[in-house]
Parts: sequence; structure tokens; C-alpha cells
Amino acid sequence: MAAEHDVINLREEIDRLIAEGAAEKARARMDELWRRDPGSAAASFVASRIGQLREKLALAKFKLAILRSFTVEPIVPLLRAEAFIYGIDLEVHVGDFNTYVQDIVDASSSLYRFAPTAVVLAVRVEEAAPDLAGDFADLAPAAARQAVERVVRTFEQSVSAFRQHSQAALIVHSLAPPGHPSLGVLDSQSEAGQSGLVRKINAELRRIAESFRGVYILDYDALVARYGSQRWHDERKWLMARLPISADHLLPMAREWVRFLVPLTGRTAKALVVDLDNTLWGGVIGEDGLTGIKVGPEYPGAAYQVLHRALLDLSRKGILLAICSKNNLDDAMEALDKHPGMLVRPKHFAAVRINWTDKAQNLREIAQELNIGIESLAFLDDNPFEREQVRAALPEVTVIDLPQNPLEYAAAVRDCPVFERLTLSAEDQQRTAMYAEQRQRAHAEQTFQSKEDFFRFLEQEAELEPVSDLTLARVAQLTQKTNQFNLTTRRYTEQQIAEMAARSDWHIFSIRVKDRFGDHGLVGVAIAHDQGEQCEVDTFLLSCRVIGRTVETALLAHIAQSAAERGCRRLVGWFLPTRKNAPARDFYEQHGFQRQESNGTGSLWALDLNNSPLRSPDWIKLKVHNGGRN
Amino acid sequence: MNSTFQQVQVIASDIFGVPAGKITADSSPETIETWDSMQHLNLVLAIEEKFGVQLAPEDIEQMKTIGAAAALVAKKLQSAVR
Repeated sequence: MAAEHDVINLREEIDRLIAEGAAEKARARMDELWRRDPGSAAASFVASRIGQLREKLALAKFKLAILRSFTVEPIVPLLRAEAFIYGIDLEVHVGDFNTYVQDIVDASSSLYRFAPTAVVLAVRVEEAAPDLAGDFADLAPAAARQAVERVVRTFEQSVSAFRQHSQAALIVHSLAPPGHPSLGVLDSQSEAGQSGLVRKINAELRRIAESFRGVYILDYDALVARYGSQRWHDERKWLMARLPISADHLLPMAREWVRFLVPLTGRTAKALVVDLDNTLWGGVIGEDGLTGIKVGPEYPGAAYQVLHRALLDLSRKGILLAICSKNNLDDAMEALDKHPGMLVRPKHFAAVRINWTDKAQNLREIAQELNIGIESLAFLDDNPFEREQVRAALPEVTVIDLPQNPLEYAAAVRDCPVFERLTLSAEDQQRTAMYAEQRQRAHAEQTFQSKEDFFRFLEQEAELEPVSDLTLARVAQLTQKTNQFNLTTRRYTEQQIAEMAARSDWHIFSIRVKDRFGDHGLVGVAIAHDQGEQCEVDTFLLSCRVIGRTVETALLAHIAQSAAERGCRRLVGWFLPTRKNAPARDFYEQHGFQRQESNGTGSLWALDLNNSPLRSPDWIKLKVHNGGRN
Repeated sequence: MNSTFQQVQVIASDIFGVPAGKITADSSPETIETWDSMQHLNLVLAIEEKFGVQLAPEDIEQMKTIGAAAALVAKKLQSAVR
């Protein structure tokens, strides 16, 4: 069978790569093996090779002690293999059966000699509180209460003793109530029932954990419930080998431990980069259009909303979201912005790369933009080709394998241990908002592959009109306070502006700009003075809010065009340098003007209007009002 | 040689740390040094997980060679189909 040859070949290839010393390649193949066939067999293979790679890979060393009341040995290879995939070289010490109290209390025990980084306390209700398990129906209420107190006290004393002897993290399993309570449905009718008392112990465990630094609860009860108590447990293996967990659920147990180990080693992701088509919504926006893509409260769009909620939960934990999609920017942004079914919106994303460049390059840029290491990125994409490309180019990135069914996307994200956090600071919770503000201000520009993409994304609209009574005050004010993008820095009062406006050889234009972020209002002024065949630009200025977004080109093109329409053949203008107007220094040169002369105060530039290439950029929607003149 | 045997062969190779090519139907705790009682449990668990079958204590007793283990799995799979 081809599949068997495949897996044998893959194993042989890994061993060959290890023998050749190609550690990174071997690691990538082990990663592939584990993704294809995670389980006890592959775990033994992977775990037995870690030692040969340890020296050559940047693995985080971690020593985990497991104190237990049941057989965990078959879980250890699974745990070591899974940890290896997340860059952790795990050494495991397993305590003897049910000796956990002695191990913890005795400062010279094998536990402390092992010097663990973290300790798992995996104890079942059957061993920790036997009277609350098997023979509960025989137990008088007072005796049951005493049993609870005794169990809680033992835990509390153990945790306290542990903290005296060790600074290691401590992960305590909560207790799972029996699947079949002794008294059947009657058990649920009282807080003092078997299940109620076990849950009471669990509540006390949380209280104990909260009162110590570095003590965490693993919700074993919830874990068992997630997979189903009947499937999780295997009574035959318990009786045969003191292994209560069925073969199929050893891996979920190992993975639950890894969810603690990853944040404890800091091997977490700080940002999740998501694809759009068939990842954030069903369908392809470029082909199916805004009305064709699937996302919303009804099936099949509902699957994507479930994923959106998972993403928003990450965002609330301080994990940044970013977009990397091969798409037309406008199509994609329209869907993100306007589609009624979207729960994630542009404001939730700290960086956006929507272009046709390869994704690895975009991921590098996103990491740089967010000022985090490339190893802090996770990547979510439905397309296996893109995932493989990123894996090959950027092995440091956590690439999440998405299942075929979109309904399972959210679980794939939620189960990924790189998003786990053991504590949450106020800063974490505000991180997304902080990044969003930054982006709203100056960052937006950098999120685009090209300036042109950015300009198109901005959807700028410019309104040009001659100065009027309504705009006179604002135009004068701009001449007085604009310093940076101001070519001549000539200050005019309202009266002077009004005087000039009344003369037929002076032309005063104002420009008003709005874009997708909002209305900037009246932000630019140009004053042109006809002098026979030539027209001189007396004043040209723009508020710094809109500098560098090509609005200046639109304004200049407009005065050139209107001068030409009035019969002028040349447009000339001075650049008069000041201490602050460097941003305007190259303006004329950049727009095809030739330098005519320079003197102590500035330089004079000219443009031949008969064959001027000067045009307003096509990404700015222009509205020109004549105001009754010209 | 059938595919069940080959799959068991790969599992045994992983669990015992022996190249798949060196594992035959006659391989047993006598011929494979690492085949102790803990690895026997691991072999059972890996087989159960891989094939989705449940092995009873008496089944596990019978698994004295890789060939016997593969035959047992094949029988379980067949009765599952019926």
C-alpha cells in the first residue's frame, strides 16, 4: 500500500537527514510526519530522535515532573513529540503511583532532585477521595463533608509545601465527577451529592491556586466532558494497567498539558495572520462578489462567524490579528468593511497585506510592522499550497492546519497552544486598540504593498473651488499658519485675500479633501497670478494632515489646467525655503518644472503648459466648482 | 504480506525503535530486545488507536509475535465490517 511506503520513506528520510546533520530539514520532516500521523507510534519515533537533534536546534529546554495516581507512561512520548513540534525539548520525570504527597512534602525527594521547571499533579477522584468515589452511597452526610475537608486540606498543604521547596510552576488537575453517580439522577438533586461534592473540591482547588503565584488548574473535568466521559475512559485498561484513559484520548491528554507548557516557555504567538477567501468567508470575493461570499448567521456562512468569534477572543487576550490575502485590495476591503455578516472588521486588524506578492514576504513585513519576531507569528490559511510555502520559507512561523470542514476552523484556532496565556495584563487587553489607533494615524500607509494601493484604498475625494465668502476666513487662516508644505510662506489677512479675489488676474483656489477615514475639510490653498502669457504661483500650501497623499498633485494640475484654459503658456513659481518647509522643497522638480534661477531667497521654477504631462492622479475623485468665474 | 501487517510493522518499528525492514511476522519479545511489558502496552495502545479497535486482555495475551498481532487486528477489522 502506497501510504505505508510513504510513511516508511518519510521515517527513513528523517533518519538520513539526522545522520547528515541537516537538523532543520529533519525537524521540518518530523513536523510533517507528526501532522500526517499523530499518535502513539509516530510519537515514539519522534521522541526517540529528539536527543540526536537537541544540540543543533534552538529548542527550549523544559523539565516536567508528573505526579500521578494512574499510569501516564504511554502518554509521555506523545507529550514529548507534541512539545517538540512547538520547539520544546521536554525531559519528563514520572513520580511513583500515589506517592505525590510524600514527594511534595519531602524536600529531598526525587521530585526536587529532578529540579523541575513545572510539575503536573494528575490525581483522580478515585484515589484522592476514595470515599467520594466507589462507596459514596454508604457515606453519611457528615462523613462526606469531612471527606471533602480532608481532601481540600491535603491539597492546600501540598501546594503550600511545594511552594516552600520549589519555584516551579504547578499544574493541578481538577477532579472529574464519576460518569455514573451512585444514586443516579437523585445525585443531582442536592449540593451534597457525589457530583456536587467533587465540584465543591474543584472550587476550593481554584481558590488555593489563586492564592499562590504560579499554581494553575487544569480543568480535567471539562477536558473529559469535551470528549465524553464514556469515550475518554477505558475500564479494561484501568483494570489491566492502571491506565484509565482510552488509547484514542492519550493524545488529547498530552495536548492539554502542552497548552500549559507553551505559555510557560514563552513559545507563544503574539499575532495571528489570516487569509480571507475561504478562510474568513466562504467563496472568493474577486469572483463571487460581495453578495456571493458566504458569511453570516445562517449555514454555511455561520461556520465563518464561529471562526470570527474565536479570532475576537484571541484579540481580547492581546493577540494581534493581521490579514495576508492575495486579492484586489478594493474588493477585499469592501467585504471587510461592508458585508453585514462580518463580525471582524478592519479595525480589528493591526496590519493588512492585500496584494499578489508571496505570503512569506508579506509575513516578514507584517512582523516588522508590528515590531515582533517572525517566530511570534501564527498563520491561518485554507490553502495547503500557501501553508506549505510559508512552512518552507519561514519554519519559525506557527502554521495552523485547517481541516476540510469550515465548521471545524474555529476549534483548530482555539486548540492551538501558541495562543494560550496563563495570566492577562490590562495592557494585553488594550493592545489591539493601541495598535489600531496607531494604524489609524500614520500606519495605514505602510500596510500596503505600493503607495498606489494605499492611495486607492484611501478613496480620496477632492473638491476644488474658487475662494468664496464662505471660505475666505479659512483660506486666510491657512496662509497664516501653514509652515511645512508651503512653497512661499506668504501670510495674508482676510482682507488681502478678499482684495485679490476681486481682481480678474488673481485666481484663488481652495481644496477640500475627504477619504475613507473621514472628512479633512478645507486643507489646501493655491493662489495664481496671471502675468500675460505666464501665470505665477503666488501661494501653494497644504495642511500637514494630507501631505504626501497626492492631493498636492491634484491641486497643482488644476491650477495648471485652468491657467492653460485662460491662454497662459507657462506656469512659474518660487520656492522660498524657510526653517520648516523642507517637505515642499522638491515639489516643483517632482512635477516636471525646470529651474529658471536661484538667488539668496529661493529658486524660480517653470512649466511649459503647451506640453505638460501634469495630470491629477486618477485615484482621486475630483469635483471642480467654478463659482461663477472663468 | 498484507496492508494490515505492513501497518503493524510500522507501528512496531516506531514503538520498539527497530527498522521496519527488520520486523517480521515471527518477531517477538525474544527477538526484539526493547519489547518489554511497558512497550507491549504501548504497542497495544498504538494498535487500538490506529485501527480503532478494542483489544481485550485475552487478545493482548495472544499477541506474542507481530504476525499474531497483525492477524488479530485483521480478524477484529473483519468482524467490525460484518
